Amino acid sequence: MMRRSASKKTGQPNSTNPITYSPSDLFRTASSKASSKEMERIDNLFYAYANRSSGMIDPEGIETLCSDMEVDHTDVRILMLAWKMRAEKQGYFILEEWRRGLKALRADTVSKLRKALPELEKEIRRPSNFVDFYSYSFRYCLTEEKQKSIDIESICQLLDLVLGSQFRAQVDYFIDYLKIQSDYKVINMDQWMGFFRFCNEISFPDLNNYNPDLAWPLVLDNFVEWMQAKQS
Amino acid sequence: MNRKIIGLEEGLGYMQDGITKIERILEGRPEPPFNSEEYMKLYTTIYNMCLQTPPDDHTQQLYDKYRQAIQGYITSTVLPSIRAKHDEFMLKELVKRWANHKVMLRWLSHLFYYLDRHLIACRSLPSLKEVGLLYFRDLVYRDVHVKVRDAVITLIDKEREGEQVDRALLKNVLDFFVEIGMGQMNRYEEDFEAHMLQDTGAYYSRKASNWILEDSCPDYMLKSEECLKKERDRVGHYLHSSSETKLSERAQHELLVTHVNQLLDKEHSGCRVLLRDDKVEDLSRMYRLYSKIPLGLKLVADIFKQHITAEGIALVQQAEDAASSKASNAAAGVQEQVLIRKIIELHDKYVEYVTDCFENHALFHKALEEAFEVVCNETVAGSSSAELLTTFCDNVLKKSGSEKLSDEAIEETLEKVVKLLAYISDKDLFAEFYRKRLARRLLFDRSANDDRERSILTKLKQQRGGQFTSKMEGMVTDLTLARENQANFEDYLRSNSAARPGIDLTVTVLTTGFWPSYKSSDLNLPAEMVKCVEVFKGFYETKTKHRKLTWIYSLGTCHISGKFEQKTIELIVSTYQAAVLLLFNASDRLSYSEIMAQLNLTHDDLVRLLHSLSCAKYQILSKEPNTKTISQSDYFKFNSKFTDKLRRIKIPLPPVDERKQVVDDVGKQRRYAIDAAIVRVMKSRKVLGYQQLVSECVEQLSRMFKPDIKAIKKQIEDLITREYLERDKENANMFKYLA
Repeated sequence: MMRRSASKKTGQPNSTNPITYSPSDLFRTASSKASSKEMERIDNLFYAYANRSSGMIDPEGIETLCSDMEVDHTDVRILMLAWKMRAEKQGYFILEEWRRGLKALRADTVSKLRKALPELEKEIRRPSNFVDFYSYSFRYCLTEEKQKSIDIESICQLLDLVLGSQFRAQVDYFIDYLKIQSDYKVINMDQWMGFFRFCNEISFPDLNNYNPDLAWPLVLDNFVEWMQAKQS
Repeated sequence: MNRKIIGLEEGLGYMQDGITKIERILEGRPEPPFNSEEYMKLYTTIYNMCLQTPPDDHTQQLYDKYRQAIQGYITSTVLPSIRAKHDEFMLKELVKRWANHKVMLRWLSHLFYYLDRHLIACRSLPSLKEVGLLYFRDLVYRDVHVKVRDAVITLIDKEREGEQVDRALLKNVLDFFVEIGMGQMNRYEEDFEAHMLQDTGAYYSRKASNWILEDSCPDYMLKSEECLKKERDRVGHYLHSSSETKLSERAQHELLVTHVNQLLDKEHSGCRVLLRDDKVEDLSRMYRLYSKIPLGLKLVADIFKQHITAEGIALVQQAEDAASSKASNAAAGVQEQVLIRKIIELHDKYVEYVTDCFENHALFHKALEEAFEVVCNETVAGSSSAELLTTFCDNVLKKSGSEKLSDEAIEETLEKVVKLLAYISDKDLFAEFYRKRLARRLLFDRSANDDRERSILTKLKQQRGGQFTSKMEGMVTDLTLARENQANFEDYLRSNSAARPGIDLTVTVLTTGFWPSYKSSDLNLPAEMVKCVEVFKGFYETKTKHRKLTWIYSLGTCHISGKFEQKTIELIVSTYQAAVLLLFNASDRLSYSEIMAQLNLTHDDLVRLLHSLSCAKYQILSKEPNTKTISQSDYFKFNSKFTDKLRRIKIPLPPVDERKQVVDDVGKQRRYAIDAAIVRVMKSRKVLGYQQLVSECVEQLSRMFKPDIKAIKKQIEDLITREYLERDKENANMFKYLA
């Protein structure tokens, strides 16, 4: 359901005298007219889901958006969308972020947005982008002010969400390990990134090229020890 | 002025005559020697001929004649005479002929001196002497040198077998080899030495193969030593000096290198056995023999290390077995005491070996060190070596210690203890245990001798640095100051009658930082003592307003008069025990819970206290029921029937086991130390690879303990979280210091 914006911006600034146009001027105006129309629609879409009092899309709004897009709100593609927007706070989108994301996706309607998701997924899965997305997803989950680490339970969910499709085996075993170990109650960014490196560099499940004398995070050393004990 | 021209034929004739005469003389034929007239005639003839100008210049022909004559003589006479003989006889003939030849050439050179000068000056031809030598080489040497060499080698081998040989002859033959090289050593080296060395190798290879099977290690070594000595002598007697090194090496190789493992590992007489049986002389020989052979020496050093390690571990095992057998606690403690003594003795013994047998060689020092590093880090019955060593020190330093020794012996012992500390990797653990024991000695007046305490601290400081001992020294100083302070306190009491507590009170004020940490408890003091505390506080505040006093009653001692039926006995107890006993001044009979409520102690503490007063050696309190353990439903009464033959007895309170606390404290200290080390290293290096960071930290920390690599890794991660460090984006094994 679209909400008409209460205040509508009127036309262009009135400094220029529109009487003497050249052909190029005509095109320019036409394209900027079109882009401002797009921005208008994007903004309208934002306000369609935003919370009236806070002026931003809150978790409820996101849920509505998700159901409109026919995507589950726990789906990784929502996280991907947040990445595209460079959204800072988990569960919330502000106007600037919304604009940024939708403009980049060239989507100004829900259906266009939904159609943009597969392409977005492809974009993110490119190795050059994926690292950025991976580290973003960790930061995105740091909800408190000075928070530097994420609890084990949430990490397990996040790992599954972000890496599950790509590194199923490693993720499954690591999640098992994290759940039974007691040395660590939280995981920090360094360990998070370490695990991604682990998945990319270490052959699994034989772990033949893993060298604990290198600077791998201790939690991974312990994980490998645990795996090797299980395998023997 | 015209000299008579001497024609060619004439000149040649003269020359031939001269040469023939010399030949005949040398052949031993009856021939009179040159008289001066003959000599001069010949000499002058040649001289004049050399000055003759063309067409009478026949110097070239004279030279050629000379050459032919030499050649002829050699071919017709010299060579056949040598070839006709064999073996030693051939050698003798060769030597004779060579000597003769040299004489001949010398004479001829003199006779035909001017020819020599003239030709060499004008036409750069080889001198007459050189020509003569070259002919000998090319005609004689080339022909016979193989046989000569073989004959020499045969004689050498004979001598090796113990036969007498003509050494002078051999020397002469070998000098010949050298001389015939005409300035180069190549004839000697290639035609003789190389073959001699090969033969030597083969000879000793055969011998060694037999001896190694038949002989014991000491016997084999004796034989080898003899052989090598003989070979050196051989060089002195007839071989050229340049052969010495090569010959020694070759013989050494076959005797000592080829079978080194078999030799050292001989089952009943090898290196291990010699060490076991303290065969100092044989081991010294072994060292001497292998000192120039790095490969072999290393093997000996390794066996040495293994032996010491095994002996040390055996001692530890003995102590472990004795401790775990059903002996009483006291006996077990004795075993550990004995162990340290024995380890010290072991060390002394093998230090002597290193200095005497092994001539202080670095390899053996290292072997000793490495062995003791293993032995000194073993645990016995749950006690780490660090703890054992402090227990040992405690016994040496306290009044009632089991070590009853003279002052000198004590000094020596303390020296050795400090030396042993160098081998223990957990030195920080030692320091912590030492502080705890020192505290008990100082506070319960158990130290035998102040000087001894200071002496060991000085030695520790010398070996480990001031930081190691600063707290301990502080503790000893505190006691000295405390005595002064006590004198001042007594003055204060004398001049302040209102302030008197009614009981003799001695207070020891401890500087918190120096002493181990103690829990201060919330003991409800008996009224009498409360006043004491107040009075002292009053006094202390006159001295300084800026310090807070925390009372540690668990360290106090009380002298209580126990008025028993038979007689009054003075009881020396801890403050806690006194607090319990004084309750019975007001009540005859008290339950466990009542005592608990009145004193406000923990169950653990109270059980210990009541046990010491009612279930141990001296039963000051009687317990209902009269069991051997304390339970919370027990009742206690003052035991008025108690008596003892002494008028004053000490009621011991067994100390709480400090081990766990010490280990925990040290663990905490180590985390800080590792943290500080990482920061220190990264601050100076800014960027550093992981492995290097770890190794530098380990090195820095090794003075006090051997850090666990995982612990270092954990601290690095912690520092990343605290944003002191970050991992490099490009290289995951590199860290950067964040200012």
